[in-house]
Amino acid sequence: MASAPLHIAALIAAGLVLACGALACGARADELVPYKIIGDTIPQSLTDSPGDPARGRALVLARTTTCILCHSGPFPEVRFQGDLAPDLKGTGNWWSAGQLRLRLVDASRFNPKTIMPSYYRNDGLVRVGRNFADKPILSAAEIEDIVAFLATLRD
Amino acid sequence: MISWRAIAAATLLAAAPALVAGEIPSDARRSGYTFMGPDTRAMQDDDTANPGMLFVLDGEALWAKKTGSAEKACADCHGDARGSMKGVAARYPAFDKALARPVTLDQRINLCRANHQQASPLPYESRDLLALSAFVAHQSRGVAITAGDDPELKPFLAQGRDLFMQREGQLNLACTNCHDDNFDRRLAGAPITQAQPTGYPLYRLEWQTLGSLERRLRSCMSGVRAQAYDYGAPELVALELYLMSRARGLPMETPAVRP
Ligand code: HEC
Ligand code: HEC
Repeated sequence: MASAPLHIAALIAAGLVLACGALACGARADELVPYKIIGDTIPQSLTDSPGDPARGRALVLARTTTCILCHSGPFPEVRFQGDLAPDLKGTGNWWSAGQLRLRLVDASRFNPKTIMPSYYRNDGLVRVGRNFADKPILSAAEIEDIVAFLATLRD
Repeated sequence: MISWRAIAAATLLAAAPALVAGEIPSDARRSGYTFMGPDTRAMQDDDTANPGMLFVLDGEALWAKKTGSAEKACADCHGDARGSMKGVAARYPAFDKALARPVTLDQRINLCRANHQQASPLPYESRDLLALSAFVAHQSRGVAITAGDDPELKPFLAQGRDLFMQREGQLNLACTNCHDDNFDRRLAGAPITQAQPTGYPLYRLEWQTLGSLERRLRSCMSGVRAQAYDYGAPELVALELYLMSRARGLPMETPAVRP
């Protein structure tokens, strides 16, 4: 009965907090890799090499990465997906890698009121939890893996 | 019927502070109860199935038990809670003149322990404090929330509202982003409610126990990867006050059940 909501109710309480598990916390408190915005894109890879779409897929599906809290997508094995944001299917049809990169790094550049977090940013934030202070949500390599995966979502 | 409702709505509007953009109008306010499945609702509705009622019973026993070096029970000062405590929880947090700030029901209970029973404070989220506050709040079940009326509360309400609107944490989300703008949507499959604090302390299946409103607020803060305020912090009290005044008119449900 209540097992579905029960299971998920834990997400905001616990799921998000456990974010620094094996997958998601590559980033240390180091400086962010500098990047250059051109138009609505970051054309250059943050790591100077292409990401790995398979790792990107695993990251997007990992609850701790937080994407599927809000988004849904062509992920039949994931039972609970969010509906606060557009479905990710077809993302690769309409966004270039450079656009996706900027969208992940700092979605508020597209829409200052967006609820989508800026995944590669460590300043201008309020009361960040002790375990997360000064770190971006994702590392540069994780951003690249996710960009590589999203670019494969075509239909 | 229609005119009765119109009058009720008009009185509420007259008494309530003017609505601010983005806030939920009084006739659209919905308890978390209305977002739950039939099984969880049934559990809340049936006192013999509602696990929160065990705490209420414990609280009833504590109410009558002499404690502290004053050797006094709550009942020695307040008599039968069924009369004396009816409606009280519906107007908390309330302004305390001596402290010149609002106090929550939990804090009021501990103030009574300190000042009238000469007893040590009960820790936040301890079984006894939850039981006492569940018992007291249960006396308001069905009573419409009126918290926030006192003009002295104004600056604290404003602080609570600011905190509700403030983005925070590594995920940079404010309470309002989910609970004003996105209720009825789903966060990874879990329905997002309006965050109406009608049922506290309440039994959360996820916690497997009763918990306070502050516990819930702290989970939402950790959820957005913000540093949660300590129990009893003025910021949490202000948020609680704002939430209660935002829920004005909704009936109390304590002890509610939530997934
Ligand atoms: C808290 C909610 C939230 C989270 C978490 C979130 N997003 Fe978003 N995302 C949005 C919203 C809302 C939009 C719609 C446009 C906007 O508001 O910026 C969006 C837009 C997008 C878009 C553009 C889609 C389109 O068709 O317009 C992509 C791609 C995207 N998100 C990917 C991701 C990925 C990948 C993650 C995780 C690393 C993620 N999002 C996490 C809320 C979120
Ligand atoms: C990313 C989304 C999100 C944010 C931001 C958020 N919450 Fe929540 N909140 C939830 C979810 C999901 C639940 C569990 C389901 C429910 O009761 O809404 C919840 C539950 C609640 C409840 C319990 C409602 C009930 O019926 O018992 C309250 C009260 C609450 N939140 C207040 C807040 C406050 C105050 C803040 C800001 C400090 C906040 N929330 C931030 C998603 C969020």
